[in-house]
Amino acid sequence: MANTIVNNLEVLGSRVREKFGDKIISSDIALDELTVVVDKKDILEVCKTLHDDPDFDFKTMIDLCGVDYSAYGDVEWTTDGATGSGFSRGVSTAGHSDTEGQPSNTTSATTTTGKKGGLVVVYHLLSITHNIRIRLKTLSADPLILDSVVSVWAVANWYEREAFDLFGIMFEGHPDLRRLLTDYGFIGHPFRKDFPISGHVEMRYDADKKRVIYEPVSIEPRTLVPRVIRDDHRYLNEHKKEGNR
Amino acid sequence: MAEIQNFTLNFGPQHPSAHGVLRLILEMDGEVIERADPHIGLLHRGTEKLAETKPYNQSIGYMDRLDYVSMMVNEHGYVLALEKLLGVTPPIRAQYIRVMFDEITRILNHLMWLGAHALDIGAMTVFLYGFREREDLLDIYEATSGARMHATYYRPGGVYRDLPDEMPKYQASKWHSEKEVAKLNENRQGSLLDFIEDFTRRFPTYVDEYETLLTENRIWKHRTVGIGVVTPERALQLGFTGPMLRGSGFEWDLRKKQPYEVYDKMDFDIPVGKTGDSYDRYLVRIEEMRQSTRIITQCIGWLRDNSGPVMLDDRKLTPPPRESMKGDMESLIHHFKLFTEGYSVPEGEAYVAVEHPKGEFGTYVISDGANKPYRLKIRAPGFPHLAACDEMTRGHMLADVVAIIGTMDVVFGEIDR
Repeated sequence: MANTIVNNLEVLGSRVREKFGDKIISSDIALDELTVVVDKKDILEVCKTLHDDPDFDFKTMIDLCGVDYSAYGDVEWTTDGATGSGFSRGVSTAGHSDTEGQPSNTTSATTTTGKKGGLVVVYHLLSITHNIRIRLKTLSADPLILDSVVSVWAVANWYEREAFDLFGIMFEGHPDLRRLLTDYGFIGHPFRKDFPISGHVEMRYDADKKRVIYEPVSIEPRTLVPRVIRDDHRYLNEHKKEGNR
Repeated sequence: MAEIQNFTLNFGPQHPSAHGVLRLILEMDGEVIERADPHIGLLHRGTEKLAETKPYNQSIGYMDRLDYVSMMVNEHGYVLALEKLLGVTPPIRAQYIRVMFDEITRILNHLMWLGAHALDIGAMTVFLYGFREREDLLDIYEATSGARMHATYYRPGGVYRDLPDEMPKYQASKWHSEKEVAKLNENRQGSLLDFIEDFTRRFPTYVDEYETLLTENRIWKHRTVGIGVVTPERALQLGFTGPMLRGSGFEWDLRKKQPYEVYDKMDFDIPVGKTGDSYDRYLVRIEEMRQSTRIITQCIGWLRDNSGPVMLDDRKLTPPPRESMKGDMESLIHHFKLFTEGYSVPEGEAYVAVEHPKGEFGTYVISDGANKPYRLKIRAPGFPHLAACDEMTRGHMLADVVAIIGTMDVVFGEIDR
């Protein structure tokens, strides 16, 4: 196995491309991390090979999580050209704006990245023998059903339950796909971007009924600091060079 | 009369050895566990979603509240991920301070774990001993950051302020006479570093004390040897990291294998278990406390000899000093912008792992270039450990469930997030 040691990301990246061919939609290295995107129909097969093949030997799955890309790049204040016209005083949240009869301030920044989309599942794998990590991402697509990897890594069991609970992503072949973190009888998938931060229901003890009851929330979500995108990272890059003083 | 053999038992969430808010549904055959189904989420606060609605710096305080017995290491993971995205490296002095506090935190965590674990199994004294030492360590936290637990001390670009030159002292009151206070203040005469150094000299003998109480203790061995055995293959399958993985025989420690900050300059050993049972994990953690003391000593030596900034001098990321704000317009603007809007992080994604006292603490941040994270995922080490509860307790007795929960070192702040 001496010849198969994968000790840097470029080697690993090219090995992965070699092995899986056109199953790999993209693979790139950014910030010393290798990200490989595969279609969700291939995920189980790719995971199995990454686990079993001594070339890769990813015996541990470190993390699995869902990401909702539906609001990617959305801002509450547009900053370009604001110097002339000034900023608005407040930010109206999406749910609130209808009552004011004004269009929401939420504007979609021209997605220069083209990343905006639906739900994605991200896997972080670790190979202890090669001391290397890889990040697998699925391409988002509806319906939200993909193969479970519990048969490859037992640890995926709870992570997939979590992703199902928080994002509503279904995992086919999961032995026990129940909610994990939210309340018993919870409705909705709270980590999706369209789920309000204050939720839909609140609970209290009702003295008359002598039990805990659920009611629609009485608070309104509000934005304390608007979300803005600024491109002035030029100062930060100077520091990169100074770096380790 | 027919004998009832199988039944379902509800354990927790208000059971003292449920370590917070764990609810376990146990299916039992007599006193033997056939299936354990942990119900978690009773402490779920949606930290990750909450972080999406706040500027980056405002979430540092939430990190303390994840694993609330190893506060600063949580901050470390988050701050490192931001620094990776921002492309900055903190000054070297800040790195040493961080490493020193990481190790202080590791001792804090292991003391809490040891005390609670021993208390669950029936040894009361260790808990009291552990809290005696934790008091000193929490005083160190307080002297540095102003808070005894939720420090919010690490920032992207360094740490919030330099170590104090003076260790705060006890004052006489109607409960403590001048004489008593003078005795309490004996080791607080010098700087904070003097106090920590004094602690590192005392601490190994304290660890010996814990060991005389437990290591050869017959009851302790009966309750831990051969309990919750995890083979190396299963440990990897179950996603174990940290002492849980090392207890099963893997020499795997991110401080050595994927070093961050100045861990590559530190001299320390990784303890490794043999059998993968609760007793081995106990020995591993005890040895880690000794090794942490070694690292702290090395950091103290360096910090004494070298001074320098502890925060980057970058006004787009770190606030200006208060004095300059009084006279300098630009500093005032920078201060205003940083504390209202915050800084924008370049678009990208980063996963950073640190060796948390409980295992690998990972922070996965996705930024779309805004002043708030687009998505933050916390990879809590306790999460996969607790998920293995079912497998580890199967076939054991009810009393061993408590020992197994204890050996996993679970804290619900991080598991439920």
